Amino acid sequence: MFGDYSLADLSSIFVMQGFAGLILFSVYVLMALGLAIIFGQMGVINMAHGEFMILGAYVTYLCSTFFQTYLPSLFGAYFFVAMALAFLASGAMGMLVEWALIRHLYKRPLDTLLATWGLSLILQQAYRTIFGPREVGVELPSWMMGSIPVTDSIEVQINGLFVIAVTTVITVGVAVLMYRSRFGAQIRAVMSNRPMAGAVGIDTEKVDRTTFGLGCGIAGIAGSAFTMIGSTGPTSGQLYIVDTFLIVVFGGAASLLGTIASAFSISQTQSTLEFFLSGSMAKVLTLLAVVGILMLRPQGLFTLKVRR
Amino acid sequence: MLQTSPSSLVPPVMPGTQAMLSISDLHSAYGQSEVLHGIDLDVAPGEIVAVMGRNGMGKTTLMKTLMGIVPTKSGTITVDGTEVTTLKSHARVANGLAYVPQGRMIFSTMTVQENIETGLTVTGSRKVPQDLYTMFPVLLEMKGRRGGNLSGGQQQQLAIARALASNPKVLLLDEPTEGIQPSIIREMGRTLKKIRDERGLSIVVSEQVLSFAMDVADRVLVIENGSIVHESLRADIDEAQVARFLSV
Repeated sequence: MFGDYSLADLSSIFVMQGFAGLILFSVYVLMALGLAIIFGQMGVINMAHGEFMILGAYVTYLCSTFFQTYLPSLFGAYFFVAMALAFLASGAMGMLVEWALIRHLYKRPLDTLLATWGLSLILQQAYRTIFGPREVGVELPSWMMGSIPVTDSIEVQINGLFVIAVTTVITVGVAVLMYRSRFGAQIRAVMSNRPMAGAVGIDTEKVDRTTFGLGCGIAGIAGSAFTMIGSTGPTSGQLYIVDTFLIVVFGGAASLLGTIASAFSISQTQSTLEFFLSGSMAKVLTLLAVVGILMLRPQGLFTLKVRR
Repeated sequence: MLQTSPSSLVPPVMPGTQAMLSISDLHSAYGQSEVLHGIDLDVAPGEIVAVMGRNGMGKTTLMKTLMGIVPTKSGTITVDGTEVTTLKSHARVANGLAYVPQGRMIFSTMTVQENIETGLTVTGSRKVPQDLYTMFPVLLEMKGRRGGNLSGGQQQQLAIARALASNPKVLLLDEPTEGIQPSIIREMGRTLKKIRDERGLSIVVSEQVLSFAMDVADRVLVIENGSIVHESLRADIDEAQVARFLSV
């Protein structure tokens, strides 16, 4: 499959596909961070996570339309507003869902699976009703368009760089929150032993709700970033949820570093193989590799070494 | 002589003093099966009470019910005059209860210092009080280590430090000697008495080891099938009789 290309071409292809993979990696990381926090914290498998992401994408779309119509002079800055709003909208909806639905189903993992799947269908239909079945795209401000030529045959897109920068900032932010703040310590205590966390004085219900909101809010930001690499439709989120689960399981649940490493390896493999093979063949090969590695390391890539 | 009736003769609390922890007619159940059938107990300020009994007699259930981990079916629990019966665990901690569970239940992936800090939640303070490290110097030495990598005895000290961090009025310990070597058990008895003397808090400790109970407790209760069947002050305890309750 490499035969038709010269060595110089090949290296350019690898670099550019690698960069495209980095954008995919960014969306995956943001999605997987939220999912991993929620799964690690409450053992809840949130099948509606993709729809929370798409909510963020629609908020970004609304924001871009609003700025175009009413505040064209500020259009260049709308994306920052959109990301903040996407975080707040998805986060608020996450907290509402936790309060109305999830908290009644703790200790019943299968029921949460079904309930959140049902929720994802409801949300999809709601998006279809409100925004219409056609996919929408957002207009990027001019400074985010175009690309920077690195060499004659290699170019990197500016919006890609932007997405990667945003992801880095958010990932570092989450890491600091989880491992340096008091709230993070409370989250980890609840993750580790819920009744005991209550018995040392931690309000576990409040921690649950905030964590769920946080995870969904990060998915909202992922949705914002997603608008740059794909168009937003009612069912776009579904395409990502399976991959994201794969990443969480592959990385080892409850390990932030593992999640990042696994998102990186899966998105890079996918992106590079997609150029040479068809998209579905690329997926098959990625899945096979993941299955193989999980058979050798069932606990995932990274785990903490500690007596249980 | 023999004191087997629950209406034993020890006045639980001296007249004129208010009980720090007061339990009356406490029933609790796992689903439909009732485990505690009406426990009455008053613990005076600064008193150490040992609750003894064989496995499966309700010691741990009593502790968990007091902490709000197992739901109360009926009866009341009062801490320093405030009723906590309907409160959630964390609110009970805020009202002065602290808990060292059976098996210690350290947050194993968190460092020693982080473990103690979780106990500070209800106090609002951020810094681990120096006197906790003075009391348990080994924890200061190991403050950066993960809790799960400590030995059993060190974990026990950590669990006690974590409970004390919330500045409790009543400390509940569930079988603290389980799985701990004898020399450390004696050390722990001294520590418990020191905690009581320094902080003036009341301690309820559930135990199977009679010698440990005799060492630390001011008063010994025996619980059997979810009821208190024997009660006596340490001074006039009949060891042979309590031992009979504990034999299998």
